[in-house]
Amino acid sequence: MPANRFNSHTDYGIGIGLRITHYDHILNKKPVVDWFEIISENFMVDAGRPLRILDQILDSYRVVQHGVSMYFGSAEPLNREHLKRLKNLVKRTKTPWLSDHLCWGSVDGRYTHDLLPMPYTFEAAKITARKVREVQDFLEIPVAVENVSSYAEYHVSEMTEWEFLTEVVEAADCGILLDVNNIYVSSFNHRFNPMDYVENVPHERVAQIHIAGHSKYRKYILDTHDHPVIDPVWKLYETAIRRCGPTATLLEWDDSIPSFEEVHREALKANRFLGKIATSRTPAVAPARREEHALVLP
Amino acid sequence: MARAVMAPLAPGYRMSRRAPGGASMRRYAATFIKPNDRLTSFERLEIYNRQYWFRVLTGISDDFPGLRAVLGEKRFDRLSEAYLAECPSKSYTMRNLGSRLPAWVEKNPRFVRPHARAALDMALLEWAQVVAYDGPQETPLQPQDLAEGFDPGMKLRIQPYIGLLALRYPVDDLLLEVNKETEDGEAASNAVAGGHKRASLRRFRSLKPQPIYLAVHRHDDSVYFRRLEPEAYGLLAALRGGKSIGAAVTDAFRKSAMPAADRVQTVRDWFELWAALGWFCRPLSASRAALRESGGA
Repeated sequence: MPANRFNSHTDYGIGIGLRITHYDHILNKKPVVDWFEIISENFMVDAGRPLRILDQILDSYRVVQHGVSMYFGSAEPLNREHLKRLKNLVKRTKTPWLSDHLCWGSVDGRYTHDLLPMPYTFEAAKITARKVREVQDFLEIPVAVENVSSYAEYHVSEMTEWEFLTEVVEAADCGILLDVNNIYVSSFNHRFNPMDYVENVPHERVAQIHIAGHSKYRKYILDTHDHPVIDPVWKLYETAIRRCGPTATLLEWDDSIPSFEEVHREALKANRFLGKIATSRTPAVAPARREEHALVLP
Repeated sequence: MARAVMAPLAPGYRMSRRAPGGASMRRYAATFIKPNDRLTSFERLEIYNRQYWFRVLTGISDDFPGLRAVLGEKRFDRLSEAYLAECPSKSYTMRNLGSRLPAWVEKNPRFVRPHARAALDMALLEWAQVVAYDGPQETPLQPQDLAEGFDPGMKLRIQPYIGLLALRYPVDDLLLEVNKETEDGEAASNAVAGGHKRASLRRFRSLKPQPIYLAVHRHDDSVYFRRLEPEAYGLLAALRGGKSIGAAVTDAFRKSAMPAADRVQTVRDWFELWAALGWFCRPLSASRAALRESGGA
């Protein structure tokens, strides 16, 4: 049963990010995996090996698309060429939903290829939500926006990050890809309680959860996706699924990638927490207060 | 902020003390980024500035391993930094990061002297390789598309993913060698890999000019370099330039020393091979051709 209207794919279970180093293992051994998340941009090409591999994966597995360069928060208009290619890929993969980040990263047609943090202002929330709606309307599938890890905060911010995320998703009427590792990273870098974040996002909108590892330095944490998930992040994950219900969960491992089995084993640790709540909770539903609030947004 | 994030790094991979425009970067960063009890505004911005450069430099390095091997790490890094400072990404995908590198190398030979032409050839070959890997492919020409015979006035289009290169140095062999060394190096220790790279560099420096003509193409989703006779290259280039088959053949053999008696069979063999490899595109329908002529598609 779906946990809520933004997460009608609760039975998706636990997926892992599709990475080149695992192609041979996946295609030859055909391991049992609930689903794979692909980076959309890696497959928004015209032809060649990337699409052939993708088609082979699609023959045996469910795939969900995750983007890294939509830049909902950039001031410039959406890139129409990007959107057209993305829509072609959506038709190919039949992804049930699609995610990208709550960030900006391009100015005057120049791309940083980074996920830069937003200023948490009402004006930025309004502009960002409009773009999310535009993408959702064009692609004709549900969109979920992901909270990014960050290393800087702006003087102009008028609210917390989770308040900003809430403003955007309610104005856009979209889902959330809740990255609990990113919450942990940002909470260390900006000194807030990560549980406050997890407790205060609109749980009924959480469509997917990301888990990952990171690298801790003396003064800050970098979101490197090159380690196993640490216990405090699993704790956040446990709290998140207690609040959101069973939710499609995805492990990201992008650097120093170990064997497929090791990555999959790490991802499946999520079952410890999913199993606990599977039979014990009722699905989250949107509180009426939140829906009313969404209607009066500027 | 984007200008600061993309501003060139200072020596030691640190953020420059000067903001774009010449002001103090410390003061500039403090105007919009909050400090905290561990990091100043400058240090927080510096994380993004460094990450930007590490990301784009890695992207260029991944796509141009041949150029990196023959220039050496330090010279390649200097070239990449200068290129990316002048030609930042204008695409949502990092795949296109090196699209302007060959033209930039040609305009900025000081970064690759004294082997400027050979380095340019390597850059051209490596970018052609990127295009051949995942570039667009149209429906290949089928025998039934030529049911009405082979008209010399007919125009044939070449698959857009194919790169046609006229190079002055035989860098194709060198790139294959670099790729093999990289594979071997990945399977061996770092010390061995380092030795291999020095071998590439030595070989590059002793490379003698030898004009070659190449088609960089893909078959069964793998990229191949195919050496062509000068006339074959001229013929394919003329077809790509929009000439009819008859005019392209005439152009291709204008300065050829090939005996006239051999030419008909040679051209026939070439066309058979190229058609079998799927290098020709199916002719456009009349309406699509008209649209393309008018610039509509």
